[in-house]
Amino acid sequence: MDGERLTIAVTGLNATDNPGPGVAVIRALREAPGFAGRIVGLAYDTLEPGIYARDLVPDVFLLPYPSQGIEALEARLRYIHGRIPLDAVIPTLDSELPSFIALEGTLSELGIGTFLPTREQFDLRAKAGLPALGERAGILVPASRVVTDVEALYGIHREIPYPLYVKGLFYGAALACSVDEAVQAFHRVVAQWGLPVIVQTRVDGEELDVVALGDGRGGLVGALPMRKTWLTDKGKGWAGVAIRDPELEAMAVRFMAATRWRGPCELEVMRDRQDRYHLLEVNPRFPAWVYLAAGAGLNLPWATALLATGREPPPLGPHRVGTMFVRISLDQIADIADFERMATAGELGGGGRTG
Amino acid sequence: MSKPRYERPVLIRHEAGLMNKFGRVQALRPLTEIDGAAVDELVAAYGSPLFVFSERTLVERARELKEAFARRWPRVRLAWSYKTNYLGGICRIFHREGAFAEVVSDFEYDKALGLGVPPDHIHWNGPYKTDAALTRALAGGAIVHLDHFDELAAAERIAERLDLRPSVALRISLSVEGVPEWSRFGFHLESGQARDAVARLVAGNRLELVGLHCHLGTFIADVRAYGEQARKLARLANEIRERHGVRLGFIDIGGGFASHNTLKEQYLPGTQATPPFSRYAEAVIEGLCELTCPAREQPLLVLETGRALVDDAGTLIATVHANKRLPDGRRGVVLDAGVNVLFTAFWYRHDVVPCQETHGTPEPTVLFGPLCMNIDVIRDSLLLPPLQVGDRIALRNCGAYNVTQWMQFITYRPAVVLVGDGGRHALLRRCETLDDVVGPEQTPPWL
Amino acid sequence: MGATDKLKDLALSESGFVFDPYTGSTFSANDTGRKILDGLRRGLDRDAIAAELRQGWDGVPDDLGRDIDDFVLLLRRQHLLPPDFSL
Ligand SMILES: Cc1ncc(COP(=O)(O)O)c(C=O)c1O
Repeated sequence: MDGERLTIAVTGLNATDNPGPGVAVIRALREAPGFAGRIVGLAYDTLEPGIYARDLVPDVFLLPYPSQGIEALEARLRYIHGRIPLDAVIPTLDSELPSFIALEGTLSELGIGTFLPTREQFDLRAKAGLPALGERAGILVPASRVVTDVEALYGIHREIPYPLYVKGLFYGAALACSVDEAVQAFHRVVAQWGLPVIVQTRVDGEELDVVALGDGRGGLVGALPMRKTWLTDKGKGWAGVAIRDPELEAMAVRFMAATRWRGPCELEVMRDRQDRYHLLEVNPRFPAWVYLAAGAGLNLPWATALLATGREPPPLGPHRVGTMFVRISLDQIADIADFERMATAGELGGGGRTG
Repeated sequence: MSKPRYERPVLIRHEAGLMNKFGRVQALRPLTEIDGAAVDELVAAYGSPLFVFSERTLVERARELKEAFARRWPRVRLAWSYKTNYLGGICRIFHREGAFAEVVSDFEYDKALGLGVPPDHIHWNGPYKTDAALTRALAGGAIVHLDHFDELAAAERIAERLDLRPSVALRISLSVEGVPEWSRFGFHLESGQARDAVARLVAGNRLELVGLHCHLGTFIADVRAYGEQARKLARLANEIRERHGVRLGFIDIGGGFASHNTLKEQYLPGTQATPPFSRYAEAVIEGLCELTCPAREQPLLVLETGRALVDDAGTLIATVHANKRLPDGRRGVVLDAGVNVLFTAFWYRHDVVPCQETHGTPEPTVLFGPLCMNIDVIRDSLLLPPLQVGDRIALRNCGAYNVTQWMQFITYRPAVVLVGDGGRHALLRRCETLDDVVGPEQTPPWL
Repeated sequence: MGATDKLKDLALSESGFVFDPYTGSTFSANDTGRKILDGLRRGLDRDAIAAELRQGWDGVPDDLGRDIDDFVLLLRRQHLLPPDFSL
């Protein structure tokens, strides 16, 4: 079949035990019947495992860390675009999104499409802003407080009872059952992710998850609700099943309408014992399990690639309820010469322009 | 064929999490000039280390701030926060742009008067105003922001003595989620102290309440904090109007907007994390929209923005004095500027750019100052290409608080220059001499 | 084992990629670093290594010996040379 010859760059190849979404996004793109192009992997570290999955990502380039600033990222993307002209880039990590959002205009001038939330939308869903968002969208959100000073933790139980979650601005969450644990978690989170820290009520119940794509005009392109059926000791979903939950899908619709969200996102939801749905977190990108969406007939990464390149995605049908994902770990065999090229040149493959 | 240019030999071990050769140094061009003035020429003329201020950046930032707010609120005033940088030349630039002065001491008040600022263009903050100072300020017509009940009483006494009815404002402290509370300044809102102060001031009938002031803190990158602050001040103003019939002339939201610097505990660099002035303005105005007074009575909005205006305009040029290899394998570079002049190195990861072309592989490097103390570290571990003795580096975003909080310790404080249009440059402050330092000393007669 | 035997077993590539087969550690060396490694492997002394660097590169500093010693210190720290080794 003659598909779209698109070259799409994808970040987040850190397929570790706390995986980035890159490999899943790439697999979804590769399996889209409409896709007949080239995938370019973008990595931040020479040892990101996805780099060495050569059958999935023959071309890989290192990017400067987000902490190096926008200029460095722009220079690098220009270089990569010179080597392999890109049609679109799909960033998949929270910490890199502000830079990609800031570069949206520049990239578009270069002919590289993106389909990202605005900076306002990105900030709105920040953990610190969730209560305001919940109010606006008519969605329940657990009580939370923004904390910049460890002193504030000593009285926090008056507002948020233990056990509670101590969360970083971008990543990281720890359950604390006492002041001592909260203080310890605070320092750990600050050391890794900086200030501020968010303290959030724990809601008990069943963990649910939605991957969704907003059209940027208040509409929902598609959403797949999932229940995690198996969690690792770190609380990461290792298996899950696509479900039909009108309530969850309605929440995704309300979220899109309230924020006019543009691009992919993940809504982490808890259904409590009274069957109320609480929105715990909004991640402004695909989750690592997004391959399930493609497997269940709702290829959201492909729809994103089409929207990023100014194409209209075909209407996304109902997903196949009951489709499961079960994650497996397998060891890739890698050639030290590949590692050498990544370590010394910062790239792998990259030969020849697509014709 | 010509030979390649020599680079210092390096060997870098590959470690997980640190394996990325595309650091900032690769993307940045060297900083060889500032607004058309060559760094080499500046250093040749004024020495090293050297603070360089860009007039263009100062003016641009001031106008950007003013426009962001003026587009959304009919009357806006900037009161230049002297403590942030009170070099005469810098203050003059802000006054030329229409700014009032915001001072917190006798010394700053005199400084403002000396620069030709009329007393009624001076907002006077701070918890410590002597009776003499307060008398001068009230008699002169300065806009005094009262900080506590003792000061309120003192102001009333002085007004009585001078037979005046001076205009004053009250400093309010309030709590905003996510911002450490500066509750030691002003009258506390949530505990009811602020209302008591208003009632007390109105009942005293010696002072005219014309404004509310609140300074939340500093380097606040979350614009919502300002929305919350403005909302609380607006509600208080509504209440004062309803209860006491007082129509306020201004609401002063203080300073505290983040500059493009990067705090040590911040993950993303300031260039990405710091909101533009327009987003602060949106948040503030949204809060102020809770004011219920008729449109024509809407108070003036006063801004005391300090670091966000001046930080980006200042660059510290320093010279490499020595290179050394540290036992942990990192490279150490000894500079002629340390924390004595770059006080802000304690809390910022200042941006570092070489001032000349560099060659060679970037290595993890620590930048040390010239002091004999272990704390004298300007930047802890960043990737830098090899630097030769005599090379120069620029530390960016140094304009706020350094030339006021720097220390005279074991050496002289360096010169500060201003670069104007067309690359012209002149001193804002010359380098200190022995006489400057020992001048005030006296020898007890028995020595 | 001679002082520089371990160096001789290193896999050293054109790109400056260095693989230590004993420990599995890998490193990157720049061109001048590679030249010094190569000289050490061939048993050259300090002066001979310095001479090769002067011959191959422009703008070599007068105190080149310091750079060479600094590099040897790095090799010692990475256990590629014995702790008591000096040129
Ligand atoms: C009362 C007052 N206004 C304004 C400022 C200026 O603050 P910033 O430099 O953070 O804008 C300060 C700083 O401490 C202050 O205390």
